[in-house]
Amino acid sequence: MAEYSAFSILKNAISGNRDWKPAWRKPDPKPSYDVVVIGGGGHGLSTAYYLAKEHGITNVAVVEKGYLGSGNVGRNTTIVRSNYLLPENIRFYEHSMKLWENLSHDLNYNVMFSQRGILNLAHTPGQFDDYARRGNAMRHEGGDAELLYPDQIARLYPGLDVSPKARFPVVGGLLQPRAGTARHDAVAWGYARGADRRGVDILENCEVIGFLREGDRIVGVQTTRGDIRARKVAVAAAGSTGRVLKLAGIDNLPIESHVLQAFVSESLKPILPGVITWGGGHLYVSQSDKGGLVFGGDLDGYNTYAQRGNLPLVEEVMSELLAMFPGFAKVRLLRSWGGVMDMSMDGSPIITTGPLPGMYLNCGWCYGGFKATPASGWLFAWTIAKNAPHEINAPFTLDRFHRGILIDEKGQGATPKLH
Amino acid sequence: MLITCPYCGPRDVSEFSYQGDGNRTRPDPASTDQAAWNAYVYDRINTAGDHKEIWQHSGGCRSHLAVTRSTLTHKISHVAFARGGLASVRPAGRDHGDHA
Amino acid sequence: MSPRRGNTAGRVDRTRTIRFSFDGKSLTGHAGDTLASALLANGISLVARSFKYHRPRGVLTAGIDEPSALVTVLKGEEREPNVPATMLEIYDGLVVVSQNRFPSLAVDVGAVNGLAGKAISAGFYYKTFMGPVIGPLKGTRFWMVCEHFIRRAAGLGSAGTAPDSSRYERMYAFCDVLVVGSGPAGLMAAKAASEGGARVILAELDSRFGGSANWSGETIDSLPAADWAADTVRDLSGRENVRLLPRTTVWGYYDSNGLAALERVTDHKEKPGKGEPRHRHWSIRAGTVVLATGAFERPLVFPGNDRPGVMLASAAQRYAAEFGVLPGEKIAVFANNDGAYAAAKTLRDSGAAITAIVDVRADISAEARAIASAVGGHLLLRHAVVATEGGKHVSGIKVQGFDLASRRLTGEARHLDADCLIVSGGWSPVIHLASQAGAAPKWDETLQAFLPPEPAQNWIGAGSFNGRFTTAEALAEGLSAGLRAAGGNGHPEAVPEVEHAAPFSEPAPVFEIPAKGKAFVDLQHDVTAEDVRLAHREGFISVEHLKRYTTLGMATDQGKTSNVPGLAIMADALGKPVAEVGTTRFRPPFASVSIGALAAERYGDIKPERLTPMHDWHVAQGAKMYAAGLWYRPQIYGKPGETVEQAYVRETKTVREIAGIVDVSTLGKIAVQGPDAATLLDRVYTNMFSTLAVNKARYGLMLREEGIAFDDGTTWRLGEHDFLMTTTTANAGKVMQHLEYYLDVVWPDLKVHVTSVTDQWAGAAIAGPKAREILATCVTGTAVDNATLPFMGIVSGEIAGVPVKICRLSFSGEMAFEVYCGAGHGTHVWEALVEAGKPFGMVPYGLEALGTLRIEKGHVTGAEIDGRTTASDLHLDWMLSKKKPFIGSNMLGREGLVAGDRLRLVGLISLDNRPLNGGAHIVEQVDEANPRHSIGHITAVCYSPALGKYIGLALVKGGKSRHGTRAFISDPLRKRFGPVEIVSHHFFDPEGSRMHG
Repeated sequence: MAEYSAFSILKNAISGNRDWKPAWRKPDPKPSYDVVVIGGGGHGLSTAYYLAKEHGITNVAVVEKGYLGSGNVGRNTTIVRSNYLLPENIRFYEHSMKLWENLSHDLNYNVMFSQRGILNLAHTPGQFDDYARRGNAMRHEGGDAELLYPDQIARLYPGLDVSPKARFPVVGGLLQPRAGTARHDAVAWGYARGADRRGVDILENCEVIGFLREGDRIVGVQTTRGDIRARKVAVAAAGSTGRVLKLAGIDNLPIESHVLQAFVSESLKPILPGVITWGGGHLYVSQSDKGGLVFGGDLDGYNTYAQRGNLPLVEEVMSELLAMFPGFAKVRLLRSWGGVMDMSMDGSPIITTGPLPGMYLNCGWCYGGFKATPASGWLFAWTIAKNAPHEINAPFTLDRFHRGILIDEKGQGATPKLH
Repeated sequence: MLITCPYCGPRDVSEFSYQGDGNRTRPDPASTDQAAWNAYVYDRINTAGDHKEIWQHSGGCRSHLAVTRSTLTHKISHVAFARGGLASVRPAGRDHGDHA
Repeated sequence: MSPRRGNTAGRVDRTRTIRFSFDGKSLTGHAGDTLASALLANGISLVARSFKYHRPRGVLTAGIDEPSALVTVLKGEEREPNVPATMLEIYDGLVVVSQNRFPSLAVDVGAVNGLAGKAISAGFYYKTFMGPVIGPLKGTRFWMVCEHFIRRAAGLGSAGTAPDSSRYERMYAFCDVLVVGSGPAGLMAAKAASEGGARVILAELDSRFGGSANWSGETIDSLPAADWAADTVRDLSGRENVRLLPRTTVWGYYDSNGLAALERVTDHKEKPGKGEPRHRHWSIRAGTVVLATGAFERPLVFPGNDRPGVMLASAAQRYAAEFGVLPGEKIAVFANNDGAYAAAKTLRDSGAAITAIVDVRADISAEARAIASAVGGHLLLRHAVVATEGGKHVSGIKVQGFDLASRRLTGEARHLDADCLIVSGGWSPVIHLASQAGAAPKWDETLQAFLPPEPAQNWIGAGSFNGRFTTAEALAEGLSAGLRAAGGNGHPEAVPEVEHAAPFSEPAPVFEIPAKGKAFVDLQHDVTAEDVRLAHREGFISVEHLKRYTTLGMATDQGKTSNVPGLAIMADALGKPVAEVGTTRFRPPFASVSIGALAAERYGDIKPERLTPMHDWHVAQGAKMYAAGLWYRPQIYGKPGETVEQAYVRETKTVREIAGIVDVSTLGKIAVQGPDAATLLDRVYTNMFSTLAVNKARYGLMLREEGIAFDDGTTWRLGEHDFLMTTTTANAGKVMQHLEYYLDVVWPDLKVHVTSVTDQWAGAAIAGPKAREILATCVTGTAVDNATLPFMGIVSGEIAGVPVKICRLSFSGEMAFEVYCGAGHGTHVWEALVEAGKPFGMVPYGLEALGTLRIEKGHVTGAEIDGRTTASDLHLDWMLSKKKPFIGSNMLGREGLVAGDRLRLVGLISLDNRPLNGGAHIVEQVDEANPRHSIGHITAVCYSPALGKYIGLALVKGGKSRHGTRAFISDPLRKRFGPVEIVSHHFFDPEGSRMHG
């Protein structure tokens, strides 16, 4: 398949764009594979890609119940950052950040990762110290972080209410310059194309309806497109994890599925340079290359598998956006949508072997799934290939909850809606 | 979403606080069965379908309600006081606004 | 009179002239005009530039489906971008500018993008701009340079940065029947439902009720349809059970029949009237919703279909009939159905010439044929338009033979004169709300349209929404829907009779004309038919992939005119019926909503402010106030010239040497009452409360179920069954909910009532060696000596005539008392205490001094109880009762909670005599250039007057085992590194002799 480049674009333009080939094949399922990955979202696709690229395991199928990338990889607010507090998370997300920084070249697909920075606003000295703690933690793990003060912030973000009269005055902020945004769909498509080019079969409209077992061992999946045997079955089903594992007889997990709404405004000329978050509540906003303000806030806060939220949360998020940028009152909300988050009991993910023989599990992404995509796939592929976790994902076990070895980034405990 | 509080009547979801999975039973306080405690604290059934869950009418009478609600459609089929025995309501299609 | 005003009156008021400006040019229109109708009347058709190729664009529609004619409205410093000219009612003084062009609308350098043509087709950016893999532009650098220019070229209008001076308002409404849309179907539904006694809300997104009745030219019940509509509206407006909402777009269909609507109250006025908001956000709970939302006409896709002067047939008809404006003088018609013939008739009757009617079909109805012959011009059946001619406006068209069966062009193309081309490609029901309500629409092959799904919530459809496109059907369905929605009450009346009905036919299944040249599907995002086919070629064939890859339907109009043609072209490429390709699910909002409206009354007032009863006193004394959650608390009571540090050091010293007074009213306070109150406290606190004597207080610690520390505070036993619990300020609400949850859900057998009394009590703490003496001078009704009021004792008395409760407890390590009184008397008691302290030199102190006192004493707060620490981490193991289970007790022994490398509480002393920083990390060895190996972090810092040193509290791996060792702070963010000694967190008076004294 042809490399993408400026040259290939010109060449194809001359021939009327008639020679472009599908970005990935649409194969029929084979009877068996070395690895079947359940879930054709960002994590499943990147897992397949790195299995092929890093471990030479190319006899791989990704099975997806709908169209490729139909879940959260195409429903997030596109933020990429590694500004976490706890060392386990910083190491994980820094690993991801490094993969992001070379991802377009690696995939030969422009995922438009733009490192325009993320700024977390602090509104009290206590909150500022919390951000300092976080930024210093990042620096001690080799990450990048800076503290900014109101005058610097005002220069970066014209229109931001930095006045002392604000209900929650800005006292400073934590900037991660390397953070930014990426084009979410491109990540799914780029990984799909990259995996496909290495021989991976991507099977869309192929829903898992059961597991093939030999004794305790999982030896394949039953799908709407027939049975597929596999030496290893890897689950990367995000918000649907519970539903998939129930098919394997696992009824309980430290996971709840919740809806997170996201919002985009009409297109505007550039007004926000990077990603900015508000500390008076919970609000994050950036501006897409097309010009829309892309933003979101809290979860609706109840279990759901429906990709739809309700009005009170919409009103809350809009109010918070205007508390930051009063000038946006006349800007119009264009679209909203919901994604189903697999919220874990400590706000951190699970990437592990098991819980059944022949099975591997990747879930619990909470709000962090999109930015985690490269590292999640990279580490999950490692775990699948070697039957053991890499040192970076070793802490992200399934049994850590019962054992009390928690990675509680927000300190909220077993209350998934608060993570 | 509209939740019919047995005490206050049908009220908007914004008056309520979600208090999570209502399928769990807390072990006896004196129990030292660690596995039971771990399951109570961390494990969730996370049903795709009718889900029993606890909501507090925090912007109203502050009662805790045991609500059966579909996590696929958000339709509520049953509401009762969580402490039981007092009253329960099965919201009618019409005043609830859902298509029966 | 403008040359483009037709000779029919329309609904504008020609006696009233309105002056407005467009791109600096002063223009006039009439009351009742939209910007679009007024510009067309002025002969202006170039209104905007497209998103990607910056092509000249005009007005395509007459409504909310407009993809092209977007403008920016200026009001002083404030700007509202991306307003459809078709929805903007003009008013005197309206200032409008065009957008997305440089330097001007007529000469836009961005149009150079059009030359790149095929090189910048759909998704091209995914394939390039990746840059070199080495060198200074490696990684993301090259892309970011490119992106900088792409961002500037993209976007539409500019948003302002100045706060919006407008006011926004929220309204909650409840009704039996919400009717959405006021065309013939909606009006009938509202009428029938209200006659049945239902409370009805009728919402119409336009300024005028009536929908198509305003321009159809039909006759209803022997009246011109527009008059029938006006009469019906007049009738409805007189009914008590009907509320009419003009200019109101119902945009969201949420769960349990909760709908959201935006009322544009004063956008059509120069200045809002007294008390009027700009927009009103409606949150409506409806028993039944009648969806009478009508249908959008679809354009046809052919080369040059985006040139200004190309317009939807129904839009042109509407401009002529409703606004008295002609979009052209020599008008050509291009259609695949009968509907456009009515438009031709209206335009002809209004004074325009019809130069040709081009129809892809071989046969048309007799009515259509009659109209064609009446309006004159060529009737070209089995023909298609294959190009438009002209620069920034249509000056002619090219037509060619077309074979419907093979969908191929035949013969040679030829030129026809026209200054306007009106187009009809069939109709798409407006099913957005029904889809939002939770079900997928269905394709109807006969009507060539998506029809609404089976209702997933309580709604009834009527009229064009249901694919019943004639007015007679709309009236009948509206009537029946209204009756059903009212619960079958009321008497069915006769369906009004329609005469002079416009011809209607199903459209021929033609969406695109296969001619060479750029043929646009999505006019705003410049998505062409070729882009759709490219997406197909590259495998982006699912509807969602098509949308995301090409950006089809993602512009401000959300594809109202383009989604169906785009899908049809994809279906054609796939060789599948449209039904198998499917459609995307519609999400809120149906049409864009101002963010200000959604914030409503919270715009400029995001959260309530909580003030203690003594707030005004603090402010009057010059306290620097500080936001703590929703509360405001004094940070320091600074004197002129003092720094913050000087002020808190002075305050702290005074407390240690004499006495100070601090406002503690923000602490959470919960009355815990009932025969089982002590049992409850034993279960929620780690330590025992049932053994606490009446009139004694005890410090308590709560855990979460996982065994992690949750909150701390003192609880006072005021009676056998009566406790007053205090919580931290931050956790007051959470602790209350925690108690309520266990009482209601887990232990319903306990007879306990909990009541939040935070706002009922004012609290002051006075602390210091002289505190008791000061109290003694002002308290009556009780002694406060050591015998009467021992450590943790409680007495009742009076201060300045006000009953008070006094508890001797200490957060500062000094002899200290908390005095509580009814909130309304807070300032009175506070002032009495301050007065009593004056002779001694007592001072008020703020949060900084409070913090300093507690750090010196080693008391923990939220910075240490951070949701991750255990009692043991904080050296509060002594509070974990072994005699009883409590919340969290069974989870404490798990391996992760007793691990040796946990972060545990220590004290720090700065060894370089420089301040420490909160949030700094601790390391064993400093590496300023490459900080690493953090062993913990600082949670709280101060200058300790008692020690004469900068000190802090920290959570450090190893905890106590490091006491007496040296470490370093590592704060690369603030470039502060330096040696510290790790010590016990009890810096000051570890034996507690002062507070017990």
